[in-house]
Amino acid sequence: MQDVKTFKPKIVAFCCNWCSYAGADLAGTNRLNYPADVKIIRVPCSCRVNPMFILRAFQRGADGVILCGCHPGDCHYTTGNYYARRRMTLLFSMLDYLGIEKERTRVEWVSAAEGAKFAQTMNEFVEAVTKLGENKRLEDLRCKK
Amino acid sequence: MQEMMIAKAKELLGSGAVNRVLGWKTGEFVYDITPAVFTSVEELEKDFVYNDFCGNNLSKYLIKESRKEGKILAFLKPCDTYSFNQLLKEHRILRDNVYVVGVPCEGKTDGETLKAKGVKGILGIRTEGDSFVVDTLYGEKTLAKADALPERCLSCKSKKHMVYDELLGPEGEVLDSHRFDMVEKIEKMTPDERFEFWRGELSRCIRCNACRNVCPACSCEKCVFDNDASGIAQKAAADSFEENMFHIIRAFHVAGRCTDCGECSRVCPQNIPLHLLNRKFIKDIDTFYGEYQAGEDTTTRAPLTNYDPGDVEPSIVYGKGGKK
Repeated sequence: MQDVKTFKPKIVAFCCNWCSYAGADLAGTNRLNYPADVKIIRVPCSCRVNPMFILRAFQRGADGVILCGCHPGDCHYTTGNYYARRRMTLLFSMLDYLGIEKERTRVEWVSAAEGAKFAQTMNEFVEAVTKLGENKRLEDLRCKK
Repeated sequence: MQEMMIAKAKELLGSGAVNRVLGWKTGEFVYDITPAVFTSVEELEKDFVYNDFCGNNLSKYLIKESRKEGKILAFLKPCDTYSFNQLLKEHRILRDNVYVVGVPCEGKTDGETLKAKGVKGILGIRTEGDSFVVDTLYGEKTLAKADALPERCLSCKSKKHMVYDELLGPEGEVLDSHRFDMVEKIEKMTPDERFEFWRGELSRCIRCNACRNVCPACSCEKCVFDNDASGIAQKAAADSFEENMFHIIRAFHVAGRCTDCGECSRVCPQNIPLHLLNRKFIKDIDTFYGEYQAGEDTTTRAPLTNYDPGDVEPSIVYGKGGKK
């Protein structure tokens, strides 16, 4: 077990192309700090994210996975995030049911204008996952170096 | 009942209304029932059975059978009609090619359950009131149904046929089951206890894929678990991750479509209570998006292909259930 002080979590953030990815961009141009441990994966829409992607990220060594999309009602494709919202609610509830720490997963709606919210969300999320430590319950030893 | 069913099948075969009959026949052992298609009166008389071991859900076989030449007669139990309806909704079964005869079900037991009760040398079974009378090499044994039924039948959700062309026996009713009791019990555990509980169950998985193959909702021609690149296509569960992932995804892929027929748990050679995963999704859908029973009708939209602008946020999961 690594020392909590030196532990740097790996975070995967799925960001929708139209809102959250632009929000992350805005956070950058505004020189807002958020941890470099967050790896952003751009997806066309939050509903592009298959529940398998989330689990796959954990398999490949992520300690936390966050999904960011447009605010409900503002989806570029009109309704995509409504479907994503149902899917993720059920998936997270199932992960919790299996005893996997619920703080490791999160959904946050970040618009293109909310650079500050993006940075703040990521700071909070990284802090929460750092407290939890390494992902042990959903790890795949074959993928560990 | 068995005689009534054979008579009905003979009548329909004789009149040419159907050219095949989907039913059950005895396999290697008397408690080892296997689904079968009968094409002649002789076969029906020789092999057709309907007894307290006939738990197999026949609806899935109709996906392929309804695409063959001619009409098929299918005997469906209440459970099976839910699956049948759900498959109709998904346009998987061609309704015109199936003649559905609803048959009553008073709970189906299986060899495993009886053996666990210490019954050996099973030769036959019959129902007498609230008990099974099992004919064995060591004489007759009487077991109360409350003791000798698997969990899925003890918490039976309905004895009513959702769809049929003809009904043999009386029409049943939708029951007030307590099927979510165990799910609630698990939800009340701490996350650590839950994790230990599921590790204990899922670590027995041998990835035989029986749960997937038998499931009427799992009817994709190409399955994600057969994709070598998925990282979870191993036949033997290589480590704990793969067991978790397989079962989460399997349950997720049938979420909102699972009719809770319990076949997954029945066929599991390792006796993993897989229906508890499916029921968790059913329970969540009921609480979050309103009561929904898959297979009840063929018109409403499935919860995961539908939405409401006022749906709860995923953050609801953080606030609910279990001690920290």
